[in-house]
Amino acid sequence: MTLAQIFFLLVALVMLFSALKVVTVRNLIHAALWLVVTLFGVAVLFAMLDAGFLAVVQVMVYIGAIAILFIFAVMLTRRDASEQGAPLNPNWPVSALIALVTFGGLAWLLRAWQGLPESAAALPAGVDALRALGEALVSPQAFALPFEVASVLLVAALVGAVYVAYGRK
Amino acid sequence: MIPLSWYLFLSAALFSVGVFGVLARRNAVAILLAIELMLNAVNINLVAFWRYLTPTQMSGQVFAIIVLAVAAAEVAVGLALVISVYRRRQTAVADELDLLKW
Amino acid sequence: MTTETILWLIPLPPLLAFFLIVLLTNRSRGLSHSVAIGAAFLSWLGSMVVFVRALGVHELGRHPFAQSVPWLPTADTWLKIGVYLDPLSAAVLFFVAWTILMIFIYSVGYHNYGQSEGDHDVKGLPPHGATVTDAHGHKHKVPSVEPMYSRFFAFISLFAFGMYLLVVSDNLLTLFVGWEIMGLCSYLLIGFWYGKPSARDAAIKAFMTTRIGDVFMLLGIAFLYSATGSLSFDVIFSEKVLHTLASVPTPILGLSAAGLISLLLFIGTVGKSAQWPLHVWLPDAMEGPTPVSAMIHAATMVSAGVYAVIRMFPLLHLDAGTMSIVAFIGAFTALFAATIAVAQNDIKRVLAYSTISQLGYMIAAAGIGAYVAAAFHLITHAFFKALLFLGSGSVIHGMEHGVLHTGEHIDPQNMFNMGGLRKKMPITFWTFLIGGFALAGFPVLTAGFWSKDEILADAFAHGHLGVFVTLAVAAFLTAFYTMRQITLTFLGEPRTKAAEHAQETPWTMTLPLIVLSIFAIGYGWVGIPEHFPLLGGLLPNWFHEFVGSTLSEVPEVAPFNWTPLLTSLLVSLGGLGLGWWVYRGVRTPAEDKFQIPLLKNKWYFDEAYQFLFVRPSYWFAEKVVYLVLDKGLIDGLLHAIGHSAAVIGTTLRTYIDKAIINETIGDGTAHVIKSTGSGLRPIQSGRLQQYMVASLLVFILITGLLYYFLVLA
Repeated sequence: MTLAQIFFLLVALVMLFSALKVVTVRNLIHAALWLVVTLFGVAVLFAMLDAGFLAVVQVMVYIGAIAILFIFAVMLTRRDASEQGAPLNPNWPVSALIALVTFGGLAWLLRAWQGLPESAAALPAGVDALRALGEALVSPQAFALPFEVASVLLVAALVGAVYVAYGRK
Repeated sequence: MIPLSWYLFLSAALFSVGVFGVLARRNAVAILLAIELMLNAVNINLVAFWRYLTPTQMSGQVFAIIVLAVAAAEVAVGLALVISVYRRRQTAVADELDLLKW
Repeated sequence: MTTETILWLIPLPPLLAFFLIVLLTNRSRGLSHSVAIGAAFLSWLGSMVVFVRALGVHELGRHPFAQSVPWLPTADTWLKIGVYLDPLSAAVLFFVAWTILMIFIYSVGYHNYGQSEGDHDVKGLPPHGATVTDAHGHKHKVPSVEPMYSRFFAFISLFAFGMYLLVVSDNLLTLFVGWEIMGLCSYLLIGFWYGKPSARDAAIKAFMTTRIGDVFMLLGIAFLYSATGSLSFDVIFSEKVLHTLASVPTPILGLSAAGLISLLLFIGTVGKSAQWPLHVWLPDAMEGPTPVSAMIHAATMVSAGVYAVIRMFPLLHLDAGTMSIVAFIGAFTALFAATIAVAQNDIKRVLAYSTISQLGYMIAAAGIGAYVAAAFHLITHAFFKALLFLGSGSVIHGMEHGVLHTGEHIDPQNMFNMGGLRKKMPITFWTFLIGGFALAGFPVLTAGFWSKDEILADAFAHGHLGVFVTLAVAAFLTAFYTMRQITLTFLGEPRTKAAEHAQETPWTMTLPLIVLSIFAIGYGWVGIPEHFPLLGGLLPNWFHEFVGSTLSEVPEVAPFNWTPLLTSLLVSLGGLGLGWWVYRGVRTPAEDKFQIPLLKNKWYFDEAYQFLFVRPSYWFAEKVVYLVLDKGLIDGLLHAIGHSAAVIGTTLRTYIDKAIINETIGDGTAHVIKSTGSGLRPIQSGRLQQYMVASLLVFILITGLLYYFLVLA
């Protein structure tokens, strides 16, 4: 057990715990805050995977924007958000079963998967990963088109969101 | 070093928790929260595979970014729908939105 | 840009304007008329450029601007469409562009742009006027803006497109397309105030009557195409084709193919240019707004008919029989319509009949072979008749102002309600006077004199004495009723309070009048015969040389003779003088000695057509088709079928349907389905998460099964 492995396990434990809290806690504000913890864990994982840029983006976009958006939404639908009523619906045992089966199936598949590397390949020397990522995003030979499509999708979704949420008289 | 499979197990676990949340939470906002968990699980997978298998190609990270954009779009539309529904029916509880029956 | 390119582009702006107004700008009046006038201006600009370039070409008749593209494949050849500019179409394009632009500008004022909306105005009726309060708190009735302002500009833009298309076409097909577009637009515009039953009827009448002519014209085109395999002018008018057409006999009336085709095409003109016996629609068409009257009856549509005749002249003059028919109809119409115009009291109806009469002049001129004179009169007439129509619109507009001001309930179009307007509306008066004198052929000064004189001179020189005398009498009547109109409208003292309070119209209406009056005088000077005493030779007879070169052999200028000249001087001055002398003191219709019932009622043509065609059609439809065919035969047959079917149906129903199908199969199945349904009903809870749980369970189950059977087993 190296230090890195111990650290990873700690982070994973925190993440799973907070994720469970997200899906079970009664107060939705708390749930959103637990989601922040989980997402922060994901950012830590990104950093451990040498994807520093993504880690920063994760913190800024997910924690900074999306999670806050959730909190706003919770406040706007306040009446049901707070303490009264059960957090889970009557189907929850079946749901738990499905979740367990899903995890079991995935784990079983992973178990059976031979040849997964034990350690990461060395990062190629002299290559600026961030620069490579940037070039891949805007280069027509690489991902410029999907990137633009994604941005169009985002714009369309935002326009749609404004339209849907706009309060008509 | 941390084996790749650890990341994959963690991601699978996170995904399953998300599935549970989507299926079992009563509040629609909470369902969206759970969906975020699932999307993040996928992102962990993408970045981990990139780091361990093809660190020279940027596909993994690019896909992670696109997933991020899609997630943002999904949250925006989803929350807008929830707010709109809430305004009309004074509820955000998924079980009470049973218009699909008709 | 090459001249051909401009020619292609000339018709387009009005079409684009039509679509722009209809689709986008129809909510904004200012934007709509800006678009329409801008488009008319662009077309005008293109036409002027083309015209100036055409002037610079030596022998344009032999080397016209032409360009065509293959359009429809027909077996082994192509139906070609294209543009064509020879001296005739250049001259026509010139007046079309000017008059259309002027009419567009005039319409802005005529429809009271900038005034407030009416108190009770509704779409489909003329505006009734609005009440405004001035600075001192007084309430006034003033004219209100047209409720369908933008629509009007859209329609006249489409109309202008049709006319331009017709003029620049190099073949009969696109000419016919433009012709029909104008037919449609005249229907839409005559019936523009569709709330008035009279306007509705007039629109239908105009459409139906011109349709008769158009069907014959289409027949002619089809015959021509089957005989020659082409509709392009340069092909039809080539020596060889003309020769072939002239020598092929047809079984009808002993005419040659050329004669029959041109007769059929001429019937189209009879309808479009309102010649006897299809003239009945034109006076009724006065129901439309006045700019429309000017557009249809001066600038475009009726001119198109004469244009088509002149265009078809090479074909027409091959057959003497057809020529005499054309000459007869033209001369007869000229005289006949002039007699009716004498007895009309509506200011626009007088002009309507004078239009028919003048068109008869042109047709008669074409019929005696003087096609240059016909074209000359076509152009001068377009200018002064547009001027007169717009002037009469201005008079009516001024009168309406007076009517609204005084609250009198009188007809603002009746000339016996006017009088003395020269002081109230000086610009309108002077321009109308110029137009009227041009129409009457006031010697030397006006354009109408030169063109009319040329027709008379040609008729005399070529020995068509009958035509000559008829046209001279018609010219006398023309001068007479023109002066009657001017005297009743402008001279003397006001006959009503409304006439006292009439007001000069805004500049958008008077400016076109002034521009057109310049042409009504000046355009005649380009066609002064060379041998005319004193004036001849001062200015070259440019028009004759220019338009005359359309055909391969230039027609010779008729030799000068004193008889036609003196005749035209006499009839015009005599008519004008007599008109003034008779009507100078007339105050009521009862004092008017020429209100003869026969003339007043237009020779009973409407009644005769009602009796001969309309009533028999109704009778046939009602008594024969409806009662005998429809009710007796067809309905009887249907009833028999229906009855037997009912008998069979009842039998089947009682013994098969009810007994077997309903009770056993139908109800039994329904019972099974109903019980199954109520069993399955709880599943349809409408709850999203429950659905997801169910579908995921099934998904897992299927995945497990597949895995078990495909991988493990």
